[in-house]
Amino acid sequence: FTTFYWFCFQLPIAIRPELFSVQGSLTSYFLICSTSNFPAIMLGLSRHTFRLYNRVGVRLQSTLVVVEHDNKHLNPVTLSAITAASQLGGDVTCLVAGSSCAAVAAEVAKAVGVSKVLLADSADLEGFLPERITPVILASHQKFNFTHIIAGATAQGKSLLPRVAAKLDVAPVSDVVAIKSPDTFVRTIYAGNAMQTIKSNDPVKVVTVRGTNFATAAAEGGSAATETLAIPDLPKHLSSFKEQKLSKSDRPELSGAKSVISGGRGLKSGENFELLYKLADKLGAAVGASRAAVDAGYVPNDMQVGQTGKIVAPDLYIAVGISGAIQHLAGMKDSKTIVAINKDPDAPIFQVADFGLVADLFKAVPEMTEKL
Amino acid sequence: MSLKVLVGCKRVIDYAVKIRVRPDKLGVVTEGVKHSMNPFDEIAVEEAIRLREAKKAKEVVVVSCGIAQAKETLRTALAMGADRAILVELSPKEYEIMTPAHVSKILAAVAKMEGSDLIILGKQAIDDDCNATAQMTAAHLDWPQATSASKVEVTDAGLTVTREVDGGLEVITTQLPAVVSADLRLNEPRYATLPNIMKAKKKKMTTLSLSDVGVELKEHQTVVSVEEPPVRSAGIKVKDVDSLIAALKQAGRI
Ligand SMILES: Cc1cc2nc3c(=O)[nH]c(=O)nc-3n(C[C@H](O)[C@H](O)[C@H](O)COP(=O)(O)OP(=O)(O)OC[C@H]3O[C@@H](n4cnc5c(N)ncnc54)[C@H](O)[C@@H]3O)c2cc1C
Repeated sequence: FTTFYWFCFQLPIAIRPELFSVQGSLTSYFLICSTSNFPAIMLGLSRHTFRLYNRVGVRLQSTLVVVEHDNKHLNPVTLSAITAASQLGGDVTCLVAGSSCAAVAAEVAKAVGVSKVLLADSADLEGFLPERITPVILASHQKFNFTHIIAGATAQGKSLLPRVAAKLDVAPVSDVVAIKSPDTFVRTIYAGNAMQTIKSNDPVKVVTVRGTNFATAAAEGGSAATETLAIPDLPKHLSSFKEQKLSKSDRPELSGAKSVISGGRGLKSGENFELLYKLADKLGAAVGASRAAVDAGYVPNDMQVGQTGKIVAPDLYIAVGISGAIQHLAGMKDSKTIVAINKDPDAPIFQVADFGLVADLFKAVPEMTEKL
Repeated sequence: MSLKVLVGCKRVIDYAVKIRVRPDKLGVVTEGVKHSMNPFDEIAVEEAIRLREAKKAKEVVVVSCGIAQAKETLRTALAMGADRAILVELSPKEYEIMTPAHVSKILAAVAKMEGSDLIILGKQAIDDDCNATAQMTAAHLDWPQATSASKVEVTDAGLTVTREVDGGLEVITTQLPAVVSADLRLNEPRYATLPNIMKAKKKKMTTLSLSDVGVELKEHQTVVSVEEPPVRSAGIKVKDVDSLIAALKQAGRI
């Protein structure tokens, strides 16, 4: 038994160390053993172990990750979703639904931790309308009976997964920041001012995960097989995709950037954002904004950081002319180092800033750009 | 076109309040705390009223699922200009386990009873931050959804909606009936004037029970705990740009 015990414990650790960093209990230990694709280990389980296995009533976990992409490339948030799925234990299947998106399936098949890729490729899936992707997800679920369906908590994930959950008559779990066990999740409520741990009692857990809280899975090293999924009947009459007006920028993407510089109402105009762009280019940073700056038309909506905009957690966040309202802090207070440049010494942003500079931004920002 | 519009309104702790976690660590303190209409729902109500003013809609019905106090929220919506209100009333105990899974079923049932053509909701409630009810309501009804809308046009064919997405904006069209969820940029909600607040008192408010709408409150999720988030330790104020650059270099951030 000792030898077997060693095997049982060491083998999965060697193969999937990531599982052991988050799960420590006996339950999850057996769960992992029973789902790590090691039939040999399963055969070796003693009767005592089997009884335990049955008593804790562990069901084999199998997760569907809904891949986010633009038909050409994988959105990195999917790699975070794969990490979340790996933490649940069991098989991880990735669904690539789109139009002419085989390249994405090939890309995701190489990600570490993925056991299978499902490809649903049809011109009708152009624009990723939730009315059309939902039946595709339901068809995959019908075929493979997943315990979890996961996606990144992006605009697309948020629009799609609750629709899927309703069709399965379950309650979705939104914007999860940590996974405690296959049915227990941590999420924030009240603009990040409270952390709620909830246990889902539903047979299928439909979950969106906050990308900044899950490391990205390695993009190379895996070799999952790809299976083509037959496209089910789609309610094409309901809606159609017309166009996207994407903001173009050479700067790093906001949610994944290592450094972010954000401007608020204090910038006073769209032209003045130039000051921030210059500093951002010196630092290789992405540029964000407060709601006030977006509402005033200084910058487009996709730059909004906050409770109802994007959540970022870069190494460095520089808030310029931003007061630090609850709703803005919700989107950036997990940043490693926060800098505030504000002329009002009482601005709430100084309560979360590691380094605060009380100064006129119109002097301080150009000076900083020049000196860097 | 003359649409019957249904708008969802949630009563939440006011957005400016700094919330406190309850001593039993199962929720946040709500007693004696200022509540108001969820800001996204104000935008939804405003949009519906504008549609009626533009003669695209003939009636705006506001609905809330919640405890008796939600009537105040509905009165606010009536004072903004909605025609009629429906409260689907729950006991405080029932309300504790209510999630978008239940609200969406209730809204779908009410929309059927009312013969609604368009449902407008906020994109998320600022308390649970779920961002799910509109999508789920659309699913229950098998209607199209247009979430995070920043512009809604009623056309002969249905709706043309501009949506706020991660990379910018996106335009879709949907047929009617449909469900729309409002983003911050959709409009600027009006304030209720005193005469309108007075008039709102005379408008009709119907109270329904869960059995009236045929929805059961299954406990989909159990709250294990609610806790304060980790607090950041206070930082320092630097005296000038040079010290800031030095501090950031020292911290290895630049
Ligand atoms: C439902 C809801 C959702 C929301 N969602 C978000 C969200 O996702 N993201 C978000 O950011 N906000 C959000 N808000 C808005 C939020 O409450 C604040 O109104 C907003 O964040 C304020 O933006 P601001 O700090 O740029 O502007 P202000 O609060 O006006 O602050 C401007 C700051 O600039 C400083 N300043 C001015 N001039 C100078 C100068 N020359 N030099 C240096 N400093 C200067 C001032 O001292 C001040 O502190 C939301 C609000 C609601 C109700």
